[in-house]
Amino acid sequence: MDFGRISRRHLLQGGAALTLGAAAGLRPAFAAETTIGFIYVGSRDDYGYNQAHAQGAAALKKLPGLKVIEEEKVPETDAVEKTIESMINLDGATLLFPTSFGYYNPHMIKMAAKYPKLRFEHCGGLWSEKDPKNAGSYFGYIDEAQYIAGIVAGYTSKSGKLGFVAAKPIPQVLRNINAFTLGARLANPKATTQVIFTGDWSMPVKEAEATNSLIDQGVDVLTCHVDGPKTMVENAARRGAFVTGYHVNQSPLAPKAYLTGAEWNWEALYPKFVKMLAAGESIPNFYRGGLKEELVKVSPYGEAVSEPARKHADEIKAKFLGDGYTIFKGPLKDNKGNTVITAGTERGQKDPELEKMDYLVEGVIGATS
Amino acid sequence: MADGNIGLWTVPLAVLGGAIRVSTPFLFVSLGECITERSGRINLGLEGTLVMGAMSAYGISYLSGSPWLGVLAAGLTGALLGALHAGICSLPRVNDVAVGISLMLFGTGLAFFLGKPLIEPTAARLPAIDFGWWSDVPQVRAALRINVLFLLGVALAPILFWAFKTTRWGLLIRTAGESADAARAMGHSVLAIRLRATMAGGFLAGIGGSFLSLFYPGSWNEGLSSGQGITAVALVIFARWDPMLCLWASLAFGGAAALGPALQSVGVTSGYHLFNAAPYILTLLIMIITCSPKRTLSGAPAELSITR
Repeated sequence: MDFGRISRRHLLQGGAALTLGAAAGLRPAFAAETTIGFIYVGSRDDYGYNQAHAQGAAALKKLPGLKVIEEEKVPETDAVEKTIESMINLDGATLLFPTSFGYYNPHMIKMAAKYPKLRFEHCGGLWSEKDPKNAGSYFGYIDEAQYIAGIVAGYTSKSGKLGFVAAKPIPQVLRNINAFTLGARLANPKATTQVIFTGDWSMPVKEAEATNSLIDQGVDVLTCHVDGPKTMVENAARRGAFVTGYHVNQSPLAPKAYLTGAEWNWEALYPKFVKMLAAGESIPNFYRGGLKEELVKVSPYGEAVSEPARKHADEIKAKFLGDGYTIFKGPLKDNKGNTVITAGTERGQKDPELEKMDYLVEGVIGATS
Repeated sequence: MADGNIGLWTVPLAVLGGAIRVSTPFLFVSLGECITERSGRINLGLEGTLVMGAMSAYGISYLSGSPWLGVLAAGLTGALLGALHAGICSLPRVNDVAVGISLMLFGTGLAFFLGKPLIEPTAARLPAIDFGWWSDVPQVRAALRINVLFLLGVALAPILFWAFKTTRWGLLIRTAGESADAARAMGHSVLAIRLRATMAGGFLAGIGGSFLSLFYPGSWNEGLSSGQGITAVALVIFARWDPMLCLWASLAFGGAAALGPALQSVGVTSGYHLFNAAPYILTLLIMIITCSPKRTLSGAPAELSITR
């Protein structure tokens, strides 16, 4: 008995000494590098939102002189402030990417005010003049990619019925549903999009049930806006329906059923940010962009995509990449018959009105509440 | 009909399909918990067991290529977690509810930790049997693609009912649950009976988890269970510790879970949050209707810490 106690104490002492030694020995080596912290709300290999950011983080890991630290499954509560504090004070992070929507206000704003010399970049928030100058928000106009996916879906669907598995009726989600539908109606003016809201970002059983119900209704092309599209993609493919993906490329999950998809392109953006900082420039506090600015991209077309679909989609894509193209232009009616954008009005991508979207356009079957 | 447009028929069909697809984990966990609680102990850790089962089934199926080995591994993992619960609870002055809650957190945490590399790969899935061959309607055929585990679960309910009533083992479990003193007077070890009952419960809950990851929704991710294990434990109380009632309650819960998405798909779009909450509203209603301050729940094993 006595022996056991002594050895355990020795073990602890030894362990502590080792840790101290390691910390002391490694500190100087870290100081020469810039440490960047990434915070994810879910798992970073979810085939979805978080994986897209993790791919961006992975692109930074390849650059010399950078150290990337990551923490997953941080809830959108005080917990994220603690994570930020520990990334700053323990790991010496000077650039932070809290990537989830709910981190922004009040958590990230509070931390940015507390550490004015460090840089905070948030995905999806709406930075305003009142917010600290060392905080910024960036977001991609992924509805451009959804619009192109919609064109492909419109051509591919035989029934003209498309399905959309959505989490919550917030502006970003509604904008994707609307862009997808407008794209599809460009290909097939009679196409409709049936939307099902599951109520939360990650509800695999509900998403699977929604997918099955949509297919039972005759829907033959599905897409989604939830955190992990894996459930929808796999279940739709099993029922023989086609899918267009979201967040990242899900074609490895269903190579035959995958038509195309709207993807984030963070692996292009994050190195850009780092280069701006290294060159002494400041990152614009309010950073937005679409296909042209390389914030989003469209997945390569699957084998089931027909030639006319490819041609039409590529044509519109070229317009986005070139002089620009407006998705939301008048006259536009919502699905209750009210005019939401009057004739002659064009709401370009940067129009702040679009970030407050609260309607579903004509052709969408569903309601926001 | 020929064009596959079945309109409003989607709703009853989806509820039927949902009852079959979604109910299986509820069924296995509630039957398992039924055995455990009948022996006089509550294992709230089955949520953790369910998630661990889902993870280990997916992992083993991915590594070995055989989903059935995965199911077995899930069951064994569940039995192991059950043994852990029973082992801790057999120490003096240990509260089984508290141990259950800690094991629930332990199980989910461990599953997330070990399951990290399993989110991306695709594992071999359990096969389904096509019971809809007689129908031309693709929706009916899809709803009737039934997994063997569901059939096993459905068969298990009457078997358990019969076993509790007429077999020696059933009697022993019930004795341990109704009066530990009586079981001891008969010369049986109450702790040993409860150990086996908790292990059996864990085994079934683990298999329930394997259904989630290997059949429906059919892949491993961290939101997979979203509280189904804990719902199933509550379902046992709701089913009055009767395996047959567990079966009907599980089917009702499965059907209710499909109601929200199905109604939206036919265009009933208002109040979908309410329809999504249908299973919980159902539970609350039945709890309110059947509760009474004057007596303990009928059918409750007398040794359970919540009724004592």
